[in-house]
Amino acid sequence: MNLVRRALFTLGLPVVLVALWWLSSAGSTDFFWPPLETIVRAFPETWTADPILNDVLPSLARLAAGYLIAVVAGVAAGTAIGSSRTLRALCEPVLEFFRAIPPPVLIPVIALFAGYTASTTKVVTIALGCLWPILLNTVEGVRSVDEVLRDTARSYRFGRLATLRHVVLRGASPRIVTGARQALSLGVILMVISELFGANRGLGAAIVQFQRSFAIPQMWTGIILLGIIGVALSGLFRLVEHRTMAWYRGVRQAEREG
Amino acid sequence: MAHPTAALEVTGLAKTYRGHGRDVEAIRELTFHVDRGEFVCIVGPSGAGKTTLLRCIAGLLDSSSGRVTLDGTPVTGPPAGMAVVFQEYGRSLFPWLTVRKNIELPLKEKGLVRAERTTKVDAALAAVGLTESADAHPWQLSGGMQQRVAIARAVAYEPTVLLMDEPFAAVDAQTRADLEDLVRSLWRQLGVTVLFVTHDIDESVYLGQRVLVLSNRPTVVLEDVRVDLPGERDQLRTRSSQRFTDTRTRVYELVQRAKKGERPETVPELSAVRPPAGRPPAPSDRAR
Repeated sequence: MNLVRRALFTLGLPVVLVALWWLSSAGSTDFFWPPLETIVRAFPETWTADPILNDVLPSLARLAAGYLIAVVAGVAAGTAIGSSRTLRALCEPVLEFFRAIPPPVLIPVIALFAGYTASTTKVVTIALGCLWPILLNTVEGVRSVDEVLRDTARSYRFGRLATLRHVVLRGASPRIVTGARQALSLGVILMVISELFGANRGLGAAIVQFQRSFAIPQMWTGIILLGIIGVALSGLFRLVEHRTMAWYRGVRQAEREG
Repeated sequence: MAHPTAALEVTGLAKTYRGHGRDVEAIRELTFHVDRGEFVCIVGPSGAGKTTLLRCIAGLLDSSSGRVTLDGTPVTGPPAGMAVVFQEYGRSLFPWLTVRKNIELPLKEKGLVRAERTTKVDAALAAVGLTESADAHPWQLSGGMQQRVAIARAVAYEPTVLLMDEPFAAVDAQTRADLEDLVRSLWRQLGVTVLFVTHDIDESVYLGQRVLVLSNRPTVVLEDVRVDLPGERDQLRTRSSQRFTDTRTRVYELVQRAKKGERPETVPELSAVRPPAGRPPAPSDRAR
């Protein structure tokens, strides 16, 4: 019963929206607003093995690479900055400045060094964009690690590495996860945007290509595919979060009840 | 100079917090020692710098002057032979680890092998009566049980001196009585030395063999009261005995006087304060 209700709540609105789209676009003769039926029929014809291998997968690989770089660099730098007052005072103004620059603006600059079509340009763009939410959240997370917990670790003579692993990173992990979740949605956006500037292959590039060649139903299928990828990625993220952050949900619930 | 029987010696300890243009003298001069296997309580008016004192002894806070030695070795950072039980049990346990792992982690850091760790963790869990909850997370337990976990962790570490910083201040009265008896029985079983900081006068008398009454800030030892109660104590009979009431009254009056700002007539010089070896000064040794 509970499961049925949950499924109903989760799927209810999407089903209604799709139905609305289907009905309102049915029989549409507007060239830019094709019936959903046409789009759905175009989907399997558009996304065959070749575009999946040469557009979708390379895009996702670049997203994965850029995102991972951002996670590693963001957590590492954020831990260092969060742990040191001096470093924080030194970095804060600079961080504010860099965070304020929209990453797409950097694409032309990065392209000067790596070229527009190079994978490096796109990976660096994604990494730079994803870095900030992770970095800033890690800084806050590290700063908010409980003093008593730190004292406990000190009084039991934990080494630096053990303190970092068992106390600082674990204590900061709820904030790090929050940052990583924000970064993931940013990453998907940047994956597309990084391909809009003169790339020849990739999911974003393919959508632009369809639009420029007036293959409108195909363009719509690309957008739908992007949406599906976004949902799948966030679902994957939530699965990992559910596994690793069970303790945090428990603490939160205990606090609410207590 | 050193007491041959002392596990912990505090000599001329002082702590002044240096702020921006304003220094706060928290501890002026503290000198006392705790013999090996002794159970000593520290009471004082609120704001007497009890926690500051404990943090200095634990090596978590640098003192401004004076010396703390554990087994004859000066304390400069957290020493290996000490374990601390904090008041904030909910914040001193690692919420991402199970009860068992919480107790095991310090042992792992100490370099014990797995088999040894398992034995010690099991023994500690049994000693505090939490064998059943080994695989629970701290936040699934009640406050009293969480503090039991913290105590088990400290006991498993096998310290020379167990420091307890108002450990039962945040639990309800019944749990508190249980935990007091638990600490007494652990102390008698394991022969560990306990330094127990509390603001509760009854608790200090019930638990300790000696009660150090602190003055208000800047803190000195106002008096060292010997608790002349039998080793076997229980909540009902001990607390209703005449001797308990007398000692309690005495400590209560001292704390009241400390609150009013009374201090020992002469702030003792380092050499003058030292009691004869092995025995703390009788109350009459001191200026009233």
